[in-house]
Amino acid sequence: MTQPILDIRDVSLSFGSFKALDGVTLAVSPGERLALLGHNGAGKSTLFKAVLGFLAQGEGTITVAGHRPGSDVARIAMSYLPEVVSFPQSLTGREVLAYFSGLRGASRSEIDGLLDRVGLADAADRRVRTYSKGMRQRLGLAQALIGAPRLLLLDEPTSGLDPVSRHDFYTVIAEAAARGCAVLLSSHGLEEVQGQTDRVAILSRGRLRASGTLAELAAAAALRTTIRVTAKKGHADRLQADLGGRRMNGCRLEIECAPDAKLGLLLQLGHHREALHEIDVFAPSLNDIYRYFSDTKGDQP
Amino acid sequence: MTTRIGTIFAQEFRLARRNLWVGLATGILGLFAVVLGIFGAGQGAALDADALTLTAASLATLSVYLIPLIALLMSYDSFAGEIERGALALTLASPVRRWEVFAGKFAAQSLAVGVAIVLAFGAAGAFLALSFGTGSDGIAAWLRLMATAFVLGSVFVGFGLMLSAMAGRTATAAASAVGLWLVLVVIYDLALLGSVMAASDGIFASQVFPWLVVANPADAFRLYNLALIETAPVAGIDGLASTLPFPPTAALAVLGLWLSAVLALGIRRTKRIVP
Ligand SMILES: Nc1ncnc2c1ncn2[C@@H]1O[C@H](COP(=O)(O)OP(=O)(O)OP(=O)(O)O)[C@@H](O)[C@H]1O
Ligand SMILES: [Mg+2]
Repeated sequence: MTQPILDIRDVSLSFGSFKALDGVTLAVSPGERLALLGHNGAGKSTLFKAVLGFLAQGEGTITVAGHRPGSDVARIAMSYLPEVVSFPQSLTGREVLAYFSGLRGASRSEIDGLLDRVGLADAADRRVRTYSKGMRQRLGLAQALIGAPRLLLLDEPTSGLDPVSRHDFYTVIAEAAARGCAVLLSSHGLEEVQGQTDRVAILSRGRLRASGTLAELAAAAALRTTIRVTAKKGHADRLQADLGGRRMNGCRLEIECAPDAKLGLLLQLGHHREALHEIDVFAPSLNDIYRYFSDTKGDQP
Repeated sequence: MTTRIGTIFAQEFRLARRNLWVGLATGILGLFAVVLGIFGAGQGAALDADALTLTAASLATLSVYLIPLIALLMSYDSFAGEIERGALALTLASPVRRWEVFAGKFAAQSLAVGVAIVLAFGAAGAFLALSFGTGSDGIAAWLRLMATAFVLGSVFVGFGLMLSAMAGRTATAAASAVGLWLVLVVIYDLALLGSVMAASDGIFASQVFPWLVVANPADAFRLYNLALIETAPVAGIDGLASTLPFPPTAALAVLGLWLSAVLALGIRRTKRIVP
């Protein structure tokens, strides 16, 4: 297995008496995309700032490419897109990129390509003042890609973007990952990052609740599937007697079961064809999985 | 290192130009210089003195107020504003060193003040010299004024950046910049004048007072310029200019010391910024 480019071990960090991060352990390898999910105030941005070396670290260790956050090697290796992007209003998009390319010691010849890749080629010579929120966000992404970083830290990169822009955004991120860049991005919902990242980590109140692939999280949560059966008139009682479940009204029945028991139950329902009006199956949604891990009920260790 | 400082310098200077700072400062300084010059030329005829020399003296007195103000206005928001908008986090996430950020900003804003001074005073001086005539003394006094005004501007740009890095918030930075200007430019002189009048024993007035005056960068600038202009009609605290217990270049040394002090302090504060 390759050496992780970002290695966070047992990191805790407090603001005064408030513990913003509590024993967080996380690693991202080259080419891997990891989504960090969490509610407002979960500590996502704080974790990013700790990785950037902006915050005095409490306990634990963080290494970027094997070096301390804030060291030259670490800062050369990674680049950052903050949750609120702000560029000087009176500069053009091209000038902004030239600035960051100068700071990173990258060649200016890549600027045109980057502008093109994030779809800003036409607006490159307009002042940032005239940019829409999405355009500024794209400029922020272009800025983060300067100098082919080995680790991308993207704090809520797609908040406030329309679905098409969002898709474009993830395409660019996937391209970077395909080149071997590690990506750590934060988001508020599982739906958004579904299929866009390799792994997911869920942070709640400064603690890491879960991490793994979506399938692993779904399996670990073992949430129950709900089957809603609508019976024909007068058959509901008999169905309930046979299958169990809860009666919702005169003709509707809700049956909960473990995911792997679903098929058996559906086959059993097949025997009652003449009594059935309709069957709806509700697999646990991504939102349910997220809520399960993010819930404060999980507080007990 | 030089590319990174150069990059910050170029961006800051471009911003100072685009935000019309340079143009505005040039306009204000030029206007005052010309008005004082025309006013001084009338006096000069009566005093039989060179118009440029006389104007250099009165302009030195006025510049003590204007140049620190312009320099502070240009610099006070430089770090604080970027911290508030989150822009500094992006800069500091790159491999740039903190002192390089400070140095780049300082160089660009000092140069912006300097360009305004050279354009405004240069044009005004040329206009006065051509209209009223002058000699080598007048030209020397004028050049000294321009050069030391540039240094004074740099000192206060350094002050402004330091306060900005220290405050971290625009409102706080603005308040401390105004406070600094009031203290160094207005209150300091008043307090000294008051104390020299209260202490009439002579020791204070002749031994301590001159050092206290020259310790203030704004007064050092004014004293240096006035001390080298013999015909300068001086009043109040500036009467000291003709009875200095030290050579006028000591005032230059003070400006130099202040400059190194604000740069060193500013860089230290910049290293402590949490973006
Ligand atoms: N400088 C600070 N001083 C004190 N508390 C802070 C500071 N920065 C963050 N916090 C607290 O730390 C917690 C985590 O904040 P953080 O910004 O990391 O949340 P987040 O997960 O990024 O939330 P969001 O989704 O809203 O961006 C919050 O409760 C916040 O109030
Ligand atoms: Mg956040």
